[in-house]
Amino acid sequence: MKLILNEEQQFLKDTAKSFTTEKTPVNHFRSLRDSDDHLLWDKEIWQEMVNLGWSGILIPEEFGGSNFGVAGISTIMQECGKTLTPSPLFATAVLGAFAITHFGSQAQKEEFLPKIVSGEITTALAIDESSHHNPAKTEFSAIIKDNEYVLNGKKIFVVDGSSADILIVLARTSGNSGEETGLTLFIVESEADGIEKIKLSMADSRNYANIIFNDVRVSSERILGSPESGGETVESILDIGRIAMSAEMLGNAEAAFELTLDYLKQRKQFGVLIGTFQALQHRAAEMFCELELTKSSVLAAMHGADENSNELQRLASLAKTISGETLHLVSNEAIQMHGGIGVTDEYDVGFYLKRARVAEQIFGSSKFHSERYANLTGF
Amino acid sequence: MEQLENFRQEVKSWLDENCPASMRNGADPTIPTDEVWGGRKAQYKNPESKIWLDRMGQKGWTMPTVAKEYGGGGLSKEEVKILNEEMWMIGAKGPLLSFGIWMLAPVLLEYGTEEQKKEHLPKIIKGEIRWCQGYSEPGSGSDLASLATKAEDIGEHFLVNGQKVWTSYADKADWIFALVRTGPKEPKHDGISFLLIDMETQGVSTKPITLISGKSPFCETFFDDVKVTKANLIGELNAGWTIAKVLLQHEREFISKFGLASAMGSSGKDIVSLAKEHLGEENGKISNGFYRSEITAHKIKEHAFGLTLKRAGDEGGKASPTASMFKLYGTEHNKKRHELMVSVAGINGVAWDGDEFDDNEKNLTKSWLRTKGNSLEGGTSEVQLNVISKRVLGLPS
Repeated sequence: MKLILNEEQQFLKDTAKSFTTEKTPVNHFRSLRDSDDHLLWDKEIWQEMVNLGWSGILIPEEFGGSNFGVAGISTIMQECGKTLTPSPLFATAVLGAFAITHFGSQAQKEEFLPKIVSGEITTALAIDESSHHNPAKTEFSAIIKDNEYVLNGKKIFVVDGSSADILIVLARTSGNSGEETGLTLFIVESEADGIEKIKLSMADSRNYANIIFNDVRVSSERILGSPESGGETVESILDIGRIAMSAEMLGNAEAAFELTLDYLKQRKQFGVLIGTFQALQHRAAEMFCELELTKSSVLAAMHGADENSNELQRLASLAKTISGETLHLVSNEAIQMHGGIGVTDEYDVGFYLKRARVAEQIFGSSKFHSERYANLTGF
Repeated sequence: MEQLENFRQEVKSWLDENCPASMRNGADPTIPTDEVWGGRKAQYKNPESKIWLDRMGQKGWTMPTVAKEYGGGGLSKEEVKILNEEMWMIGAKGPLLSFGIWMLAPVLLEYGTEEQKKEHLPKIIKGEIRWCQGYSEPGSGSDLASLATKAEDIGEHFLVNGQKVWTSYADKADWIFALVRTGPKEPKHDGISFLLIDMETQGVSTKPITLISGKSPFCETFFDDVKVTKANLIGELNAGWTIAKVLLQHEREFISKFGLASAMGSSGKDIVSLAKEHLGEENGKISNGFYRSEITAHKIKEHAFGLTLKRAGDEGGKASPTASMFKLYGTEHNKKRHELMVSVAGINGVAWDGDEFDDNEKNLTKSWLRTKGNSLEGGTSEVQLNVISKRVLGLPS
């Protein structure tokens, strides 16, 4: 595994960089936040991303995708992270596309994948049920009745949950909360009878929802993967999500760092540029080192995913831990080094802090993944 | 492809015939092992150490990519990979540790004249001459460019007077590459030259320094009216600072590898097994939760650091200011690892001597103390932070 981008991935990165710089600078996010738009992402921008082929990067060519892999989509996520670009890319092009491509039946693939590629539908993955990510603790129930399943329970903090057309839901079909077995994944139309979506207002002003299922009936043909093995299946999907989210978080951290370096080179106090102060220089240099470690970890994880590494779980947890810690550090230091304007809403740097803390929680915090890494390694 | 495959077969059979039994997997553990640094004063507990060095040196495989005319192996990158793989397969020991290889040779290749390369490279590669580094002085540590050891122009020769300090293994070395002041009136960075000096020359003397670990890997080196031929000047007169910085990048890259537990020798016992041994284990887990999370955090950083070293290699890894990052991170990480190991081993982690403690424990104490020097030698961590902030991040002075 070489820890560099190949030509194809570099091309995707360059395309994404010019797209986000031109079409979705941070002001794009700011105007969405300040608008009444409940989506919190822009339909036209998403359609342009779709036209660039981004919705199909994880989807095989026979269904209209490009099959450029996890490294491909992750480099795009990283660029989107730099300008805080909100879009369904994560929930749809990463999670939905990967889940159905890898675990869907032929019929499910034929039904959903072309629609994901064309931008006709967006998806969301509904896992969490409490304030901390922990799929094994799923209590949300699916009970079989006349060749149909009846779903009951509440899913929280579903990324793009308020707008997605298709929900992929983790439910318990047997056993007890805390057990990794007895779980099953279902594909459910978000407009099905008995579904209530409650839009969440989070610090990072992105699209999330809590979703209540009240006797929602789902055909057994809508099981994703095999029944009762959803625990394992969902971990594979989550790992890809964790890697892509790590790439976005790396992009967040890189941009916040860049913004801060620029400020150190402009701002004068005591008659000199504050970037001449060793107290700040050394902290900037330390952040540089952490960013370099993060880049390597994210690269290793994204390539590991594409090469089916037997280390994939550890690499995903490594990437999520390191990117979470680095983004945590950089987002705090960015505010401190900006001084007073760092805590004003008018200045962009605060957006990175707020996005950081929410992203750190998505599919497991650094603490969650440190524990997982330790368990996987036998510490 | 076929050529490479032929090369692999050649290497295989050459190693088979030439790598002595005690230099590879399955060596008799009762045979003493040598740390082989070569040179005129070298002594060997195991004669096969010397045989192995001579054979590898003759092939030029201690510096396999260097051209054959300079005594190197003349191998391509792909061939070196094959050589390394085949050596790894039989567990062949590296034949030679050498500051000449790690630091001086890259500088000679870049700045040396044809005569200088032909004179010095083959002896480095064969391990015939052991080199040491004369950089720091009592009054010039982090502010290296203020160095005062002077080299006066007396016609055919320089006359060198002054003192160097922290000269690693000066008492065992044959030659020294030194920074000397040749332009006393020039601004401090513009009056320094890079000079090679035979340690046997009249007027050169050394004195070991005892460290907190009880060991003496470093020396003071004194120059008292030492005559050095001008043929030993590397690069232009007064242009030594540029060379010095390039060499430091090579040195820093080399030191940075200490950050990886896998690259460590004596104290390289895995911290996880050490923790399980001293703190106990429940369901296969280190039973103390505080230690477990601290060790995990450390191991995760180490994994990421190892990947970063790998990435630098994959990117084509030329020495650059980012070597400062590797030096900084590697040494700080190594210090933390030793602190953790000492803490995990409890009372046995601070053992000094006597029969109540085993050798591993006593070595751990010494290694832990030795690591305190890692973030000082080759430029302190604070100097590395300065290099990164100015030369990588472009922060103003």
